[in-house]
Amino acid sequence: MSFLNYLVSGLSLGSIYAIIALGYTMVYGIAKMLNFAHGDVIMVGSYVCFFAMMRFELPPVIGVLLAVLVCTILGIIIEKLAYKPLRSAPSLAVLITAIGVSYFLQNSALLLWTSNPKVFNSIVGKGSVNIGALSISYVTLLTVGICVVIMIVLTTFINTTKMGKAMRAVSEDKGAAQLMGIDVNKTISMTFAIGSGLAAIAGVLLCSAYPTLMPTTGSMPGIKAFTAAVFGGIGSIPGAFLGGILLGVIENFAKAYISTEFSDAIVFGVLIIVLLVKPAGLLGKQVNEKV
Amino acid sequence: MKKVIALVMALAMVFSFAACGNESGSAETVKIGCTGPLTGPAAIYGQAVKNAAEIAVAEINAKGGVQFEFKMEDDSHDPEKAENAYNALKDWGMDVMMGTVTSAPAEVTAANAYADRYFYLTPSASSTNVTKGKDNVFQMCFTDPNQGSGAATYIAEHDLADNIAVIWKNDDSYSTGIRDTFVAKAAELGLNIVDEETFTDATATDFTVQIQKCQEAGADLVFLPMYYTPASLIFAQAETAGYNPTWFGVDGMDGILALEGFDTSLAEGVIVLTPYSADDTSEMNQNFVKAYQEKANDIPNQFAADAYDCIYAIYQAVEKAGVKAGMKNDEICTKMVEAFTTMSFDGLTGASMTWAADGTVSKSPNAVVIQEGTYVGL
Repeated sequence: MSFLNYLVSGLSLGSIYAIIALGYTMVYGIAKMLNFAHGDVIMVGSYVCFFAMMRFELPPVIGVLLAVLVCTILGIIIEKLAYKPLRSAPSLAVLITAIGVSYFLQNSALLLWTSNPKVFNSIVGKGSVNIGALSISYVTLLTVGICVVIMIVLTTFINTTKMGKAMRAVSEDKGAAQLMGIDVNKTISMTFAIGSGLAAIAGVLLCSAYPTLMPTTGSMPGIKAFTAAVFGGIGSIPGAFLGGILLGVIENFAKAYISTEFSDAIVFGVLIIVLLVKPAGLLGKQVNEKV
Repeated sequence: MKKVIALVMALAMVFSFAACGNESGSAETVKIGCTGPLTGPAAIYGQAVKNAAEIAVAEINAKGGVQFEFKMEDDSHDPEKAENAYNALKDWGMDVMMGTVTSAPAEVTAANAYADRYFYLTPSASSTNVTKGKDNVFQMCFTDPNQGSGAATYIAEHDLADNIAVIWKNDDSYSTGIRDTFVAKAAELGLNIVDEETFTDATATDFTVQIQKCQEAGADLVFLPMYYTPASLIFAQAETAGYNPTWFGVDGMDGILALEGFDTSLAEGVIVLTPYSADDTSEMNQNFVKAYQEKANDIPNQFAADAYDCIYAIYQAVEKAGVKAGMKNDEICTKMVEAFTTMSFDGLTGASMTWAADGTVSKSPNAVVIQEGTYVGL
């Protein structure tokens, strides 16, 4: 029974990684850039929801919607101000800019909200469902559920809508997409908007499950989720989902059955092995460079 | 491009000269410098130290005799930032250092203060590495080994538990130091440690596995040598898991009740080993609590009391050694070290405290329990 409990808490942790990884992977897949500020957008989303719920005593649903709205706008602004001017710059410049944006957001949060940790009250209450000795908290159920829904909606969106088609086209070849009459800038902005909106949801769920909120709250889960995205194959949406879930489960099993001291070493060890065997990640597409 | 660089360099020079200009402060005050986390995950400690030290300095200055000036630089509980903060204090013209608040950064600043010959008294950095091999570094708090063995002794004497589990942070010198001596002492006293679990900075959010393993091992007391931020998560996650052992914390647990949004009922019954509790009825403490409430609108914690004692201990040593404003820092250091190792000090955190030449203080830890959102002496 303890095995199932470890599995459930691994799934819960993994789903949060997965939602964050979806944002990473979407932006990478379409804009071909690593948005390292993603983890900090998560933090901003959590703070917005925290203040809406705790200070202004708004219902959790409004808090979440507000967080999504603020993060979406923030994502668009970051893209316009920091990344758009670098559209034709080498990818290293964009990467460094992203790290800069990440620090900017963290330090702004430090100034605005101070570093004193705040305790986030779960949006769904503390209870849990008990099936025999197995107990699954509401947050876990909600997180896993939302994660699956987001993955399905996102896949459908990209595969069936016109905007989704435009996104895939931009991902294949920016120049050719533009020649076909696709507004590349608008498409990339849209990608950032969706990615950042997802970050807000991830933030709220992250803080509901692990209720300490600080300006650095998003950075570690951000890095883990990035790992998950690479693990599953960066650019692939089902890959991010699978990578996130596996990372969470492996991490928890490593803690439970091998050693809490080595859990991270084991997680990253598995990552290295996977990348050695499949360099594009579990579900990533191996694209051959045409010379 | 060259012009731009030249312009930037010129500006940098202007600013660095401007910075030199600030160095010449007033020479009539003894300048006490301090670094601590005013921001970051341990900010509650830094803020408490700052408030209490400022209260003590104001009280001493009001007496008229030796005048103090206190300045605190933020180190965010980060050794690298502590190094910068220390240098900023040196530039400011510090005479005496009232330490660094937390252990890991204090190891850096103490080493610097030893090399530069600044008298150094830390309110709360309890790691033995802070004082080890440094004749001019002293602690107001008891050391980590003291806390670890003190906790084990307390648990054994009061027969609090049959099966003990320990959750500790293995990338942190504070947590590791206490855990090591706790485990050693527990073995000596015949306490039964059934499980040990660790976490690091990178894994300090999810404790479900650790909690579950403690529960499965049948631990009825869990020892938590850590700061309050991870502890608050452990309490919340243990409640969700339906696990309710006796929690036993050390001085790092202090501050948990001041966390914004924290449901204090989660910490009900937590035992904390600390040399200070705010409900002490002595006149000195009552006055301090009142002054602290006026200044910070909060009940002072142990860190505040330690800092308040530090300023008064420095004051006593300054008077005893005849230190005057304007002396060189190495001269002050020599005089202060001599005074410190030969004096006896009565403060909020203990009576007749004395310091050994290795920098450790002699006082005994007391246990308090959290009841209905406040600390109550046991």
